Amino acid sequence: MSANNEHNSGHGESEEIARREPDEVAAVGDPIADPGLHHNDERLTDVDPKAGRRAERQVAGMFTLASLLMVGFIVAYVAIGIHPDDPENGVDIGNVQVSNLALGLTLGLALLLVGAGAVQWARSLMTSPEVVHERHELRSDDETRQATLDDWNTGVEETGFGRRKMIRNSLLGALALLPLPAVLLLRDMGPNTGGTPAERKEHTIWAEGVRILTDVTFMPIRAADLEVGSLVNAMPATFEELPEHGPERINERAKSPVMLVRMLPDEIHVAEGRENWHVDGILAYSKICTHVGCPISLYEQTTHHMLCPCHQSTFDLADNGKVIFGPATRSLPQLPIAVDDEGYLIAQSDFTEPVGPSYWERTR
Amino acid sequence: MSTIVNGAGKVVDFVDQRITASNWLKRNIRKVFPDHWSFLLGEIALFSFILILLSGVFLTFWFKPSMAHIAYEGAYVPMRGVGMSEAYASTLELSFEVRGGLLMRQVHHWGALVFLAAMSAHMLRIFFTGAFRKPREINWLIGVTLLVLGVAAGFTGYSLPDDLLSGTGLRIIEGGMLAIPIVGTYLSSFLFGGEYPGDDIVARLYPLHILLIPGLIIALVTAHLMILWYQKHTHWGGPGKTNHNVAGAPFFPIYVAKAGGFQFIVMGVIVLLAATIQINPVWLWGPYDPSVVSAGTQPDWYVGFLDGALRVMPPWEFYIFDRPITMSVLIPAVILPGLILTPLALYPWLEQKATGDTREHHVLDRPRNVPVRTGIGVAFIVFYILLWIAGGNDFFATILEIPVNWITWSIRIGIFALPPLAFWLTKRICLGLERRDRDKVMHGRETGIVMVSPDGEFSELHAPLSQADAYQLTWHERQLPSDPGPATDANGIPNPNYRAKRVQAKLSRFYFGDVVQKPTREEVEAAHHNGHHDAVEAGHRDEITSGQQ
Repeated sequence: MSANNEHNSGHGESEEIARREPDEVAAVGDPIADPGLHHNDERLTDVDPKAGRRAERQVAGMFTLASLLMVGFIVAYVAIGIHPDDPENGVDIGNVQVSNLALGLTLGLALLLVGAGAVQWARSLMTSPEVVHERHELRSDDETRQATLDDWNTGVEETGFGRRKMIRNSLLGALALLPLPAVLLLRDMGPNTGGTPAERKEHTIWAEGVRILTDVTFMPIRAADLEVGSLVNAMPATFEELPEHGPERINERAKSPVMLVRMLPDEIHVAEGRENWHVDGILAYSKICTHVGCPISLYEQTTHHMLCPCHQSTFDLADNGKVIFGPATRSLPQLPIAVDDEGYLIAQSDFTEPVGPSYWERTR
Repeated sequence: MSTIVNGAGKVVDFVDQRITASNWLKRNIRKVFPDHWSFLLGEIALFSFILILLSGVFLTFWFKPSMAHIAYEGAYVPMRGVGMSEAYASTLELSFEVRGGLLMRQVHHWGALVFLAAMSAHMLRIFFTGAFRKPREINWLIGVTLLVLGVAAGFTGYSLPDDLLSGTGLRIIEGGMLAIPIVGTYLSSFLFGGEYPGDDIVARLYPLHILLIPGLIIALVTAHLMILWYQKHTHWGGPGKTNHNVAGAPFFPIYVAKAGGFQFIVMGVIVLLAATIQINPVWLWGPYDPSVVSAGTQPDWYVGFLDGALRVMPPWEFYIFDRPITMSVLIPAVILPGLILTPLALYPWLEQKATGDTREHHVLDRPRNVPVRTGIGVAFIVFYILLWIAGGNDFFATILEIPVNWITWSIRIGIFALPPLAFWLTKRICLGLERRDRDKVMHGRETGIVMVSPDGEFSELHAPLSQADAYQLTWHERQLPSDPGPATDANGIPNPNYRAKRVQAKLSRFYFGDVVQKPTREEVEAAHHNGHHDAVEAGHRDEITSGQQ
């Protein structure tokens, strides 16, 4: 064994060398002696030529059937159209599913049969016997290890790496700085304007006097139109002014959505300082869960509980959005609302705290 | 001058004259590969990965990794006029306007589920049979890394179509990121190009998903297989099979035919799954809208345990210098993966420390013969499954018709109570199986024939095992806890390493202290002479055929 033909250390024994004879007696401490590798039982195909021919036909049959299925795949591809004759009509989902099924069944079965044929061929007809190879310890012998170590030390000695301290230290210094340009290059993955990430989280497009519009249809909401027990998803009127392209719209969709709920005023437990945040029992809460930011959506009218479908944080909307179950640690932010001259609901201001999950810069 | 002239010989001749190929081929073409069903799990992972690569390349021909906002004008009528990203629109195009496009999407997704399931099962196989032991620790580490990369590949892919589910998944990732102290908001801001979700993330995940992660996987799989090839595969013990040899079928032709065939079988099964079971019909979810979520949102199975941990974690947040530390998110999203992966990656060394065993092992352990390791493995599986159930707590609440809070509370308690119980139970079962093996070797197998002696005594007739059968139950090593030795030597001088040795001995007693040892030769002989005149006697059976061909 030596360093430049290490393959020899692990491989390449003739099969005969490695044949194990049965042990005469058990190894020390072992109760039963190793009886040695026994013959494989002969297969039916080895002794019965008829069975052999049958196996041959089976294998060839599977391969042939696979070919037919591939032809079937081509037929299905051509025959089952998914493109509508008139583009106005659009695609028929049924056609797509039939095409998917036909293409998948033919291709899948063809692959399966090619594989099954190959395995059956190996199992029933290939004549290779069980082979035994000897293993060797993977560790190199001492001589080789010493020679390698010597070569390494010679190389190190020749560079003078240990002696030339100035070269060594300046090289290490340069290498240590190398990651900085690489990391710095990633700086512009984030924006350069608009303050720190935390500052951007502190504001939404809600502001004093902004009308509350229904989501989807974007209609202003009259306080009188909301019945007790109802829930309406809503957005600020300022959302409609955002440019259609670019990220602003979708970013605000992740921050500004609110839920309006109406309950009987005496059912509400109003916290100090929030006495005038609601309008006759109409409350507005952020829709963004304070756990990890899913939009909350499951409202239980009778208990005024609001459940996040992602991780089941449950908030009590009658009690200032307090967490009553689940992993969320913060109450749902409440949006102070009022009514304008025309009787429509408006925001009194932006949220008084950041919406969504906790983060480092968000103080108590 | 060559002795081989035509057909395959010509190719070998050409290559051989340039890179001495025959030298290597001669030694490897008949390389031995042992056969066992459990060795196929890793192959399933490899073959499903190949299919994922092939179907993935197909998908890239149509998919547009862009979040540019467009109004949909494609073939799917219900969505016409809806504003969406180009990524989502091109996913719809792939599904509805490309023949076989939906099939390839489903093959790709099913393939990913199978890939991760096969990797996980493969890793459990390696764990329970001790195949990670020296000299295979490097391959264990590569395997752990591959599993992490596999999850990363799966999750980045899940996020690309920009449908409602993929967006919700990203939102949860963002929430987890924000919980990281000091840098959380910056990490999120750099990843998303500003505020969440922005319009950069799909274009950024795309190169990770189709280039970087699969590139790393290919590189590591290559290393994994080269090391496997060089070290030779482990095998089960048995007659003629020892730590110094490897028995099985030759690489060419048997292994090539079987593994090559198996490749097609795995691909065929995944394609059939894709043909018959719909997966991720994104047109039903709609484009991503951060203010919309559907109830019953479920991630792919391999993320389920993390989602479950997020669900069952009680609310826990405290302040340091008036800054929030949100443990209810940090623990499941950041700390838990580290707590699982670190011991998992280090396990070969931890066990080596505990048992003091630094020898090479090429023969696999039967799980019952290492009760403590098997117990640890089962305890982990129980832990994982509980979190996985937690990930579907709303689903289970619906089918069991109980409040979801009950399930959450049961899991909060169960996560601490059940894994130790599973450990204890598994260990007892293993010890019981060992005891049964031992009895079989000593007294033979039970025949079910009850004899009545002239005195009226009932006894069951035991039939002796053949030598091969008895050897099958006794080939494993006798594992004894290590002995710390005396604290002082013969001259009363304290042993400086005694403390360390005593700790090690304690750990090794934890591993091997309760193991039911296989009988010694004397015990077997004594048992045979006592009971059964026709019992097997070790080393005295001439009729056993030897192992030659």
